[in-house]
Amino acid sequence: MHEVTPARPARRRRGVNVFLWLGVSLLAVFALLALFGEVVAPHDPNAQDLFAMLEPPSAAHLLGTDNVGRDILSRIIVGTRYTLSIALASVLFAGIGGVALGAIAGYFGGVTDRVVTGIIDLLLTVPNIVLAIAIASVAGSSATGLTIAITASFIPPLARLVRGRVIELAQEDFVAASITVGMSHTRILLRHILPNAATVIIIELSLNAGQAVLIGSALGFLGLGVQPPAPEWGTMLGASREYLTMAPHLVIAPGIAISLLVLAFNAFGDGLRDVFDPGSSS
Amino acid sequence: MTPLLSIQDLTVELSARDRTFDAVSDLSFTVARGEVLALVGESGSGKSMTALAIMRLLPEPVARISKGRILFDELDLAAASEASLRSIRGNRIGLIFQEPMTSLNPSMRVGPQVAEALRLHKGLDAAAARRRVEEIFEQVRIPDPKRRFDDYPHQMSGGMRQRVVIALALACDPDVLIADEPTTALDVTTQAQILETFRDLQAAVGAATILITHDLAVVAETADRVAVMYAGRIVEETTTERLFAAPQHPYTHGLLGSIPHIAEAGRATERGRLAEIPGTVPALWALPRGCAFAPRCPRARQRCEDERPPLSDMAPGHRAACWYPMKGAA
Repeated sequence: MHEVTPARPARRRRGVNVFLWLGVSLLAVFALLALFGEVVAPHDPNAQDLFAMLEPPSAAHLLGTDNVGRDILSRIIVGTRYTLSIALASVLFAGIGGVALGAIAGYFGGVTDRVVTGIIDLLLTVPNIVLAIAIASVAGSSATGLTIAITASFIPPLARLVRGRVIELAQEDFVAASITVGMSHTRILLRHILPNAATVIIIELSLNAGQAVLIGSALGFLGLGVQPPAPEWGTMLGASREYLTMAPHLVIAPGIAISLLVLAFNAFGDGLRDVFDPGSSS
Repeated sequence: MTPLLSIQDLTVELSARDRTFDAVSDLSFTVARGEVLALVGESGSGKSMTALAIMRLLPEPVARISKGRILFDELDLAAASEASLRSIRGNRIGLIFQEPMTSLNPSMRVGPQVAEALRLHKGLDAAAARRRVEEIFEQVRIPDPKRRFDDYPHQMSGGMRQRVVIALALACDPDVLIADEPTTALDVTTQAQILETFRDLQAAVGAATILITHDLAVVAETADRVAVMYAGRIVEETTTERLFAAPQHPYTHGLLGSIPHIAEAGRATERGRLAEIPGTVPALWALPRGCAFAPRCPRARQRCEDERPPLSDMAPGHRAACWYPMKGAA
């Protein structure tokens, strides 16, 4: 038998991107829960059962019940929507704000740069908890206030990152080439500079999303976010604090949910970095 | 032939920390439609600065045009507004960059990059622009232009990318073409092919062309006229034939002497090595009072150190700035 295998260039084998797949599959599960939570949940998340308070996990209530007899598993499933939407909304708005500020400062330089950098530095001095308290005291505690507080804390670092990358890219020959072709600044920025900064921005934002879950839960725990009886994870943690010694499962369940979601976003971000930028180690 | 582009007394001033000096001084030359003028000189002679000044791309405020006019079609580019420059750049004046590896956007397919210029200046729709780009790719001899249209720069070789860069500069049929060392970054065989393509297209488009290079072989193959620059000034300017046959300025003479000739290799000179010009180019901020080349010139006399020679006619169509020009066939 003369079977000739054509010489193939040895393709560098890369291992399966475990992080990326872990992140994507976890996020997919959370996304489905957020969309169809009510359908999937075994019980009504807000139905109280005063004969089954603080019950440990059992066949009827897989994760047990809380201090007014609500099914914890159902509350966690339905609560996914709050946590996930706060995280995604704050990342989206921070993305828009941070990219716009950073791109303008980095591209135009000079006085514009100094003014924008000043605003960024000013924003950096306000801790997000203080901002959340301020918003809550003015407009009342709400998911919107929480989102604004988280967004505000993400904009400065993102703007700085984008500014640096844009300054770097603006020196590139292809940017000079697009000037010689007669393009306007807006067009150069949108079509030639930002697409080349996209990978850095996407990675940063997906890591930010994990952060947003943590900050959101912490602020919810402090009572500065979504108000009870809504089943937001941080709020659930805060409400079950008093029963920690009697019924530790009340704290453990939302805690694990938060950790898993943070892990999902971080794994996704690290996985993306491995894909886009194989040189750097995560 | 009436000149299409006329540079008059162009002076480019550089400010670096505490000192201010001229990178280009009182430069005057003209280029007519269809003509190729080569600007030749060593690094730091001001040739690239001149190109940037014409495109008004000097990195202000570090470098600026302090004097002179750049007349293009009755418009002074040195004083033109940013808006009118934008409608001229790419549309009526095209620039070919030196580095094909970095002058294309890595995150955009090459076809759309060229199409973008056409849509911007000629108002073509996407389909028409694509057809036109495929035509231009064909002209710059990119094989299989329909497929190459959708390639990213990293999928192409250096030579292919430089063809795309040339296509980009020529897309809108510019009246003036500026090529800044278009083949320097390529290997020698690719260089020859690119030069051939460049020459054919330049002739077809009929653009007034400024070719910036330090490579006299490229000049000999491509240019109609040559202006030799030294320390920010033109020291000699004439037709390519005359320059090679009868250089008047000792610097030009030295440059020509430093080219290796394969034909002469057999009867090598006694030392068997290339002639070189002794010394180095003086710093632009510490130029001698007289002729800038005097310290390196074998023919320099007292007058060269005291007075700067003006660029004057040696013969019809042959200017040189030297008190004691080379004799010989004139």
